Order: sequence, then C-alpha cells, then structure tokens
Amino acid sequence: MSGASIRFVLHGEVIEVDNVDPTRTVLQFLREDLGRKGSKEGCAEGDCGACTVVVAELTRDGDELALKSINSCIQFLPTLDGKELLTVESLAPDSSSLHPVQRAMIDEHGSQCGFCTPGFVMSLFVLYKTNPKPSRQEIDDALAGNLCRCTGYRPIIAAAQSMYAESPDDSDWLRQPCGKQDKPTERITRLKGLQRADGLEFDVAGRRYYAPVDIDTFAAIYARHPDATILAGGTDIGLWVTKQHRELQTVIYTGRVEELTNLSVMPAHIEVGAAVTLADVMPVIIDHYPGLEELFRRFASPPIRNAGTLGGNIANGSPIGDSMPALMVLGASLVLRQGDSVRELALEEFYHDYQVNDLRPGEFVAAIRIPKNEEAVIVSSQKWSKRFDQDISAVCTAYRLELDGEVVRSFRMACGGLAPIIKRARTCEAALDGKHWNEQNLERACAALASDFTPISDARASADIRLRAVQNMLRRFYLETRGEVDTTVYSYGRQS
Amino acid sequence: MRERAVGRALPHDSAHLHVTGRAAYTDDLPEPRDLLHLAVGMSEVAHARLRGVDLGEVLASPGVVDVCTAEHIPGANNFGSIVADDPIFADDEVQFVGQPVFAVAAKHVEEARRAALKASVDYELLEAILDPLSAVAKKSFVLPSETIVRGDPDDAISSAPRRLRRRLTLGGQDQFYLEGHIAMAIPQEDGRLLIYSSTQHPDEVQTVVAHATNRLAKDIVVICRRMGGAFGGKESQAGLIACIAALASDKTGRPCKLRLDRDDDMIMTGKRHDFVIDYDVGFDETGRILGIDFEFASRCGMSADLSGPVNDRTMFHCDNAYFLENVRIVSHRCKTNTVSNTAFRGFGGPQGMFAIEHVVDDIARELGRDPLEIRRRNFYGKDERNVTQYQQTVEDNIIDEIFDKLVVDSDYEKRRSAIREFNAGSKVLRRGIAITPVKFGISFTNTLLNQAGALVHVYKDGTVQLNHGGTEMGQGLYIKVAQVVADEFQIGVDRIRTMEADTSKVPNASATAASSGSDMNGKAAGKAAAKIRARLTEFAARHFSVSEADVEFSAGSVLVGDRSMSFAELVQLAWANRVSLSATGYYRTPKINYDRATFSGRPFFYFAYGAAVTEVVVDTLTGENRVLRVDILHDCGDSLNPAVDLGQVEGGYVQGVGWLTSEELWWNDAGELGTHAPSTYKIPTCSDLAPDFRVELLQNSANRENTIYRSKAVGEPPFMLALSAFHAIRDALAGSPDKAPNLQAPATPESVLRAIRDASHE
Repeated sequence: MSGASIRFVLHGEVIEVDNVDPTRTVLQFLREDLGRKGSKEGCAEGDCGACTVVVAELTRDGDELALKSINSCIQFLPTLDGKELLTVESLAPDSSSLHPVQRAMIDEHGSQCGFCTPGFVMSLFVLYKTNPKPSRQEIDDALAGNLCRCTGYRPIIAAAQSMYAESPDDSDWLRQPCGKQDKPTERITRLKGLQRADGLEFDVAGRRYYAPVDIDTFAAIYARHPDATILAGGTDIGLWVTKQHRELQTVIYTGRVEELTNLSVMPAHIEVGAAVTLADVMPVIIDHYPGLEELFRRFASPPIRNAGTLGGNIANGSPIGDSMPALMVLGASLVLRQGDSVRELALEEFYHDYQVNDLRPGEFVAAIRIPKNEEAVIVSSQKWSKRFDQDISAVCTAYRLELDGEVVRSFRMACGGLAPIIKRARTCEAALDGKHWNEQNLERACAALASDFTPISDARASADIRLRAVQNMLRRFYLETRGEVDTTVYSYGRQS
Repeated sequence: MRERAVGRALPHDSAHLHVTGRAAYTDDLPEPRDLLHLAVGMSEVAHARLRGVDLGEVLASPGVVDVCTAEHIPGANNFGSIVADDPIFADDEVQFVGQPVFAVAAKHVEEARRAALKASVDYELLEAILDPLSAVAKKSFVLPSETIVRGDPDDAISSAPRRLRRRLTLGGQDQFYLEGHIAMAIPQEDGRLLIYSSTQHPDEVQTVVAHATNRLAKDIVVICRRMGGAFGGKESQAGLIACIAALASDKTGRPCKLRLDRDDDMIMTGKRHDFVIDYDVGFDETGRILGIDFEFASRCGMSADLSGPVNDRTMFHCDNAYFLENVRIVSHRCKTNTVSNTAFRGFGGPQGMFAIEHVVDDIARELGRDPLEIRRRNFYGKDERNVTQYQQTVEDNIIDEIFDKLVVDSDYEKRRSAIREFNAGSKVLRRGIAITPVKFGISFTNTLLNQAGALVHVYKDGTVQLNHGGTEMGQGLYIKVAQVVADEFQIGVDRIRTMEADTSKVPNASATAASSGSDMNGKAAGKAAAKIRARLTEFAARHFSVSEADVEFSAGSVLVGDRSMSFAELVQLAWANRVSLSATGYYRTPKINYDRATFSGRPFFYFAYGAAVTEVVVDTLTGENRVLRVDILHDCGDSLNPAVDLGQVEGGYVQGVGWLTSEELWWNDAGELGTHAPSTYKIPTCSDLAPDFRVELLQNSANRENTIYRSKAVGEPPFMLALSAFHAIRDALAGSPDKAPNLQAPATPESVLRAIRDASHE
C-alpha cells in the first residue's frame, strides 16, 4: 500500500496532501487550508446544500467522467483520492468570464443574500452537464438538496431553464452543455494516472485510514480492526464528526473496493454491492419495481444519494431508514462477510433492537440481494413526512401484495418510524392473509396495526397521529390497488 | 435628457460576487494570525439555579487557551436593548435549554467545540414554564399585559345576531438564515475594538459591547458588509454573539471569532413568537363584524428582548384590512423557560393578521358564504369606517381595487366552482382556494427609531462612495439606495461603490428592520447626494456665469448653459476650486406621532397593500398538501427596482407558506427544542414552489406619501400573503365533515390529520 498522502485534481492541478486527518472534511480543507471560501457551511450535516461541490470521477469502465454533486461539509477529504474536485471557483477563473450557469443566475435575479448561491450554482452546473433540457420536475429533483431562504426559488428555476440559451461555442469543457460536449479526454487521462492498483493506507498520529481495492483485503483489515469505523458515503458518519465531535481512530473506506461497488442484475435477483451509491442503485430498482419511484425521488437529495450507499443505509440501521421497508417486503437478503467466511441473512432478521443488529465483530455487509419481481405482484412504498423533498420519514411503509382473483395470496407490509427497528407488520399481514381483498378486511388489518406498533412522539410526529397515518397509508394503498386514486399531492397537476 | 436610475430592474449589487463565490461573509474575511475560535457551553436544563460550574476539563482540553464566564464580564452582563434582562452568560440561574453559560477559546474551532462539551455543571432544578397557556395561568409575563378597547365590544358581541368563539394555536418559526450567527472581535490600539458582525443593527452591537466591556462608543467600530440572510433574527440576537467575542477578546488579548454551529444557533437564538389566540366575535347575517374580543398570548421566552414591540404590532395588525368598530384586544407577553423570541419578518403583524383572517373565514363558513364576500364586507372604507383601533385614519386604502383586479385576473370565481365540482367527485384528494388581503403599517412603532443617516463622498475622478446606516442581508437595499444616488447625480450605478455598514461612518443608525431600509436610507442618501449636487450646481453657475437653472445633470454629463461636460470633469473642476465633495444626509420620517401609553396616534407613515389567491390540493388520508397555483398582486408604490421588489414578494410569500405549512418548532417535555437543524426543521424546497406561480406588482400606484421616489416598503408585507395558503387548505377540508375545520398552524400533515379526526368526533 501507498504512503501517507492523497492525490486529487483541483483547478487543473494534481494536489497532493500529506498527513491528512482521516476525518477532515472537504469543506474544512477548502476553507481553512486552501482559503478557498466560495463554498459555505450552512448546516454541517448535508441538509442545506450551501457547501455543494462537484466530484468528477472515472466511471467503472474508466472511459467516461461522471459528475456528482456532494455535500463537502460531511465528505471526508481522503475519499477524494483519485478524483477531480470542482468548486464554485472552478467555473469562472475571473469575474469577467462567467460560466453560463452563473450568467443565468445573475440575469434571472437568482441570488439575494447569496449565501446559498455557490451551492445552487454547483447543483445547476451538474444539471447543465447532464441534462440538455430539464423539465420542472427534473429541476426540482436536481435542486432538492439546496435550500434557499430568500428567493422562493422561482428565479432559480428560471435560471435552470435559461442557462442553456447562452451556452457559447466554447472549447472549455466546463462550459459545454449536455449534448454539445466534447469528450474530456485530458481530464480522463489525468485521473487515470491517479488511480491506485493497491489502494491507500496511512496512519496519522495513530489514526488510521484504509481504502483497499479488493474485498479480501478489506475483510482482512476489518478482521484485524473490528473496532474500526466502516465508511461508505459518510452521510451519517460525517455527522458523528461535525456534530458529535467524535474522534474516529480507524476508518476503512468501502468506496474503492471493486466487489463492493458491483451492481449486477442476475436471473432471479439484483445483487447490489454494499458500496453502490443510492444514485446508482435506484434506477435499477425502479426499473424492476416502478411502484417505488416516488419513494426514491423523495429519498434524501441528489448530493446525499450520490455519496450515500444502499449498504450504508441498511448497516446503519436507522429506524427511519427509507430503503429497508421496501427491501424487507421484497424479501431482500444480506450477504455478510467476516474474514473469509460468508453467510446470507434475510434482511428482516438483521435488526434485533435499536442500533443492535446481527453483525458479529469484524463482520460487514458485503452485498444486498433483491429478488426480482414476479408477475401479478403489486409493490409500493409510501413516505410520510413534513416536506416532500429531503426530509426524514415520520413513517415509511412498503407493501407487497399478491392477489389470486379477489383473494389475498400473500400480503407483506413493513414500516419504519413506528418502532425501534424497521419491521414487518405481522398481525396486520395475518388479518389479510387468505382473505378477500375488500374494505371490510382492510379495516381489520388497519385495526391490527395498533397491535403491531406502539409508536412514540417526537419532533417528526405524535404517537397517536403516527398510528392514524399508517392506517390511512394502508387504506390509501388499498384504494390505489382498486384504481380509486392514482396520484399523490406531489404528482397531482404536475407535468413531468 | 434625464435618465432615471430608479425604477430599473438592475441586478443585486453583489450578484456577480454571489454566483462566483467571491462575496465575502464574515467567516470569509482574512483571519488574524493569532485568532482564537470560540464555542459556547449551553445550559442543558430549562430552569435551574447554578450550584457550580466546573470548567477544569474544558480548560484541560487540547488546544484550549481560556474560558470566559459571567464573572469575567467587567461591565453589564446584559445584551437586552429595551429591558436589561438578557444575560450574556447565565450567572446564578439558567432560564432555558441552550442559554450560554460560558465560552471557551481555542486555537481551532473544532477544539473549542469539543472542549465546550466537557463542562460539568451542577444544576438545582427549578420549576419550568414551557408554554404560553401555563404562563398565563401562573401570571408569568416578561412585560405587563396590554389592552386596546374601542367602542363597546361586550355589548356589540352580546347583542349581535350571530356569535362565534374559538381558540386558535399558531406556531412560531425559525429564521433559518443560511449564514448562521457570527462575530469576530479584533483588539485595536489604545483599548479600541473592531468587530465584524453579521448584524442588522451595528449600532446596537456597538452599544451592548460598550456596556459589557466597559468601553465608550467612540472606542468601538462595528462593520457588516453583508449577511447571509437575517429576516429579523440578526436584529437583537447579533448583540449576544458579538458580546461573547468581545469579552473573550478582552480576556485573552487576542482576536476572537464566534461562529455558531447551525444546531447551536437554532437552540440558542430567538425565533418568531408562537401564539394562542382566543376570539369572541359578534356579527350580522351579512357577515359584517359588529364586535370582537381578542385575547393574545405569545411565547416570549425567558426575556423581553423585542417582545414588547412585537406584540404591540400584533395588536396593530389584528384588524388587517378590516374595520373593527367595537373591539377589545388583550395581549399577554408570556414568560416561558424557552429561548427568548425575537424579530422575524412581519414582527408580530403576521400573527395578528392570522387571527382576524381566521375570524373572517369562520364567519363565512358559519354563514355558508364565500369568504371573499365576507372579506369585502368588512374592508375599511375610504371616507367612513376608516379609522383603525389605534385612531389612525387609513388615508391610502386601495384594497378594494387590488381585490377587484386580482379576482378577475386569477379567474377566482370560475376556479372556485371547478374546485367544488372536483371535490364532489374525489375520494381522497381535495382542492381548496382562498384569497386574502394584506394591509401592513410602515414605520417603526417606536417613533424615535424612524431616523436615518448617510455619508456620501465624491472623489476627484467622479466616482462615489456611498455609506448609509442600512445593512445588506440580501434584500437588495444597497442597489436600491445606489440607484437613488445615481439618479441624483445622473451617473451610472457602476460609478458608485456602496461601502459596508460601519458605525464609524454613520453613527446611531437604527436597525435595518421594519421594512424601512430603503425608505429611510434612500431618503438620507438622496439628501446627502442632493447637498453635493447643489454645491456643484452653485459652483458651476458661478464659475461659468450662468444661472443655476441652466445647470442640468443628465445621463452622465452636466450641461452648464451651452457647455457640456462629464460629471467627472465638473467634479475635478469643483475640487480644484475648493468645493466640498462630501456630505451627510439625514432623514426623519414625517407625520408620525404616537402615544404608547394610550396606543393611539399615527404610528405608521403609510400602509402597504397586497392580495393573494392560493389554490392547494390536500390528501385527506395522509394530510399532505401542496400549493398548486398562486396569483399575487402587490403594491410597492413606484418601485425603486422591480426585480428586487419582485424577489421580496416571491420570497416573502414562500417563506410565509413555510411558516404556515411545513415549518414546525417542537419542544419536548423537558423544554428541549427537538427541531434544531434542517434535518428536522423543514423550510420550503424548490419542489414546494407552486407549478403555476403568477406574481405582479401593482402598476401606476405611486405612494400618496412623499417617500423616496413614491415607492413603498416591501420587506415584510408580502410575507402575509401566505395566509391565503393556510385558508386554501382549510377550504379544501371544509365539509369533510366539519364546515369550519379546526386546523392548527402550521398545517403539517399531522395537523391536517388531527383536524380531520377532530371533525369526525372520533
């Protein structure tokens, strides 16, 4: 393995940073070490987007460059190794040559206090480079991780629509919009030169960082350091550092491990490496289960989905994680690995209690296996929160329904936000099993939910209304299967 | 030809800096080499006597240089500007979770924050009052309750043909400026102190720091170039942050910076007041209000802060656009063991207007009429029924005209019928529509605050430095005032550099608040520029032997008789002939006079008007709701900058919708705020903006009063247009089955489900 420095590209130059604190954030590095202060800290938890920067990395085949917005406030610096970092300063070397995105933001009066603006510019920049003519829905989705408190968003949306108008014939790849781009050969070549065959490993004042490239090495390191923190997207672990001020002694990064970043569609199931990002896995899942589309649209925000992983969401095991109810009703299982031994465990058996799971010391989630859909099976998931985008569920439900005519052949329902762990609603399921799929039985199932769950009151919702909500969500699912309602308030009246 | 610099839709003066990341906020300023970073140790309990504060482990923590507590304050341990009841550091008692107990200074910010968690505090718990109603029951108030009475409300209510009574609950709101609180104090020679503060009120920072550090005002300079949003949250609260930085700087002898982490900011600093409102109204069969009794109880938190004027404004605005002939308004300013609430866009006005709009809506639903009709029925008249409950005659009433135009433009009647039809055939989703008016009084209710100063320098090359007492928080004040000065000199705004707000340039400036920024600073700067122009005119006339009437400033040049020269040439000549090219301007708002003791007089120079129609869709099973279409017509007078004003209207509306729908402040039984970060506190995102959003500024609507270029203030008034969204949600719920649903604000999915459940009497 290599020495104690990391390398990445910034401003056209390869930067080499020695003696990196493993949990120093990209934002701290930019602002405090480089004095590059365009990126702002608004929340230090990946929720406001003022710190949004863009990472350009090689695609898995190594032939293309993928642009991803991320929250620099919770991204640890060593994870940039081998990538290119683009910040708001990268777009306009001097103020006389504004980037079309920046020009549009000025022309449309898209900034007021301006503090959120660099983050918006970077999210818009990714949109500019990846979508030739975004719809309002696509603009909303692209900006879901950026909060603006001044403008009410109308002029920013206008900028997202008009930014293409001024796109010049420009040799600068950064200024070429989607559809008119040259291949960024030079950038790709430069990054290829930074890739490591052996992974990265260093020790700074007794604090260790490992970024192995193969799963055997990963398993061996973790077996040696069972107390280590496994770092994937860091969208939660980042907050341990920025909010709880914890010092992590040993960090093992999953993002470079080839086997963990594999995503394969097999004959009977989808095999998702634990380090596959949410952004990469969601389209594949939606492809097989269209009923999960709105859930995934509402799942966090683009910067979080670009960094966060499905394996991380599961292993973290939050009782309000949004992926698990759906995966649970689908009968997903986990591939767990400890040293050289591998076992498979049903997801629903993984969680024992709040923050307690079935993992043994040194054991980690290697992959998630999601069964493919069978015909005549209805799968749906609903999220209930105060806000459509970038909110944490107060309640999250998922259903898998198999009907034989009017009779329920099998019904599975799983819920988050109602118990210390995400779990199946067994009593409710039993109330419908083998029964007619009708209103009377549905009401029995709704009543049974009260014995499945004893929710609590917290900042997201009160106990009594949580229960009422989940019952109503089940009623809604029933009406959806009956064709009596086909839209939510979020899709109502929208032209996507 | 004179070229009008005002009235043009120029971009924000810093737009090109915003989009490139080059706009420097306080945390972006170069840091002095020996700078220390601060973190604040906060109370963990709502109410307790402090038996002991052990900071041994804090001091021993890596990187820590020093700590600072109440005992290290040489001057006054207070940053409250009206009532001296706001300790900088808790002394022997803590009064809310999050109250500063000490500050720790370290070399790195992370070290300071880590150390701040290591204090060991011994609390002797005391009884805590955690909500306004408990405070009323225990007569726990930060200030005495106030009453306005006009006519005979009791008789009017009891003898009215119809009567309604109701209790309303209305949540507060966090400002959620994207840039959190921050101040950096830098020692200067001979005991002076320089403070960079993210503040709407540099003068007050100067004053409270002077009192806390035992300095005189002359020895303190406070500077603020821009804030990353403020919305009232940096009016009084910035004083606390600056005091802590100043005290730590004095104790350590080094520059100190305090930048609050987002969570700490939300826990430690004040928000919009939440209210419980009881009303009792008597009305006739036509829906006209005959008598009304309001009782307001607001959560002020543990100190008075700005709660006095905030609640006064509630009393002044619980009429909104309606004539209340017989009225009693009682206002309780409740002392609770929660963070002291403060200014937030609208400053109590929104809560008063929420109350009366609810009353009017309830009357309409009780009578089975369209609320539009009942609103019109109760509007202030032009020549009669035109005196407010505080005895100010409404002289500039244009609400009927705005309503009439908006009802037509928005196609209100037709859409209302279509919605009724839709709801009749829809099982789960229901739509609703509402139109609400805004009439908002412009001026600080405390008359003495209505004054402003400016300092304008013209340099030999004909360029201008503009200083005024206003602060830039994103509202576009700097470009608007620059346009005023550009207009006066007839030069381009690119010839004008607006300088940071600086107490050494313009002294004793009022807060940039109460929507008064452009009105007051525009006038003051205009006057300063006019003085210099008059000198130049007089000089040119004398120098070239023409009459002053023959000196004309126009579009970058000056015509002196037959001669034309550039502005710069004239300036150069004037300088060479020893003409002063620097002037101050001073403005005091005319006509206002107001007796706080009797709540009567003319507190407001004029009123700003507007109206909005909002249509929503509500899911009756999940309670989720979304705004579908918005039509706004708002009165900015003759706008100084239509693009900036449009931004204020749009942004204000969306922020108001956040207040009334998704933004919920939640405390647990221990008085801990559970919603102290964007993960749990949900302001609107992009997708919350209505897909159909139509905003228009009222045209040909010059202010009747002699304001700056006959414009109108625009910061706060549009915020309250959002009341239409709340009533549209009620409209959607009406008849399912309750005709007047008991919907609590904010209308979160939970709140909507609760209203539906209560209506079903389960």
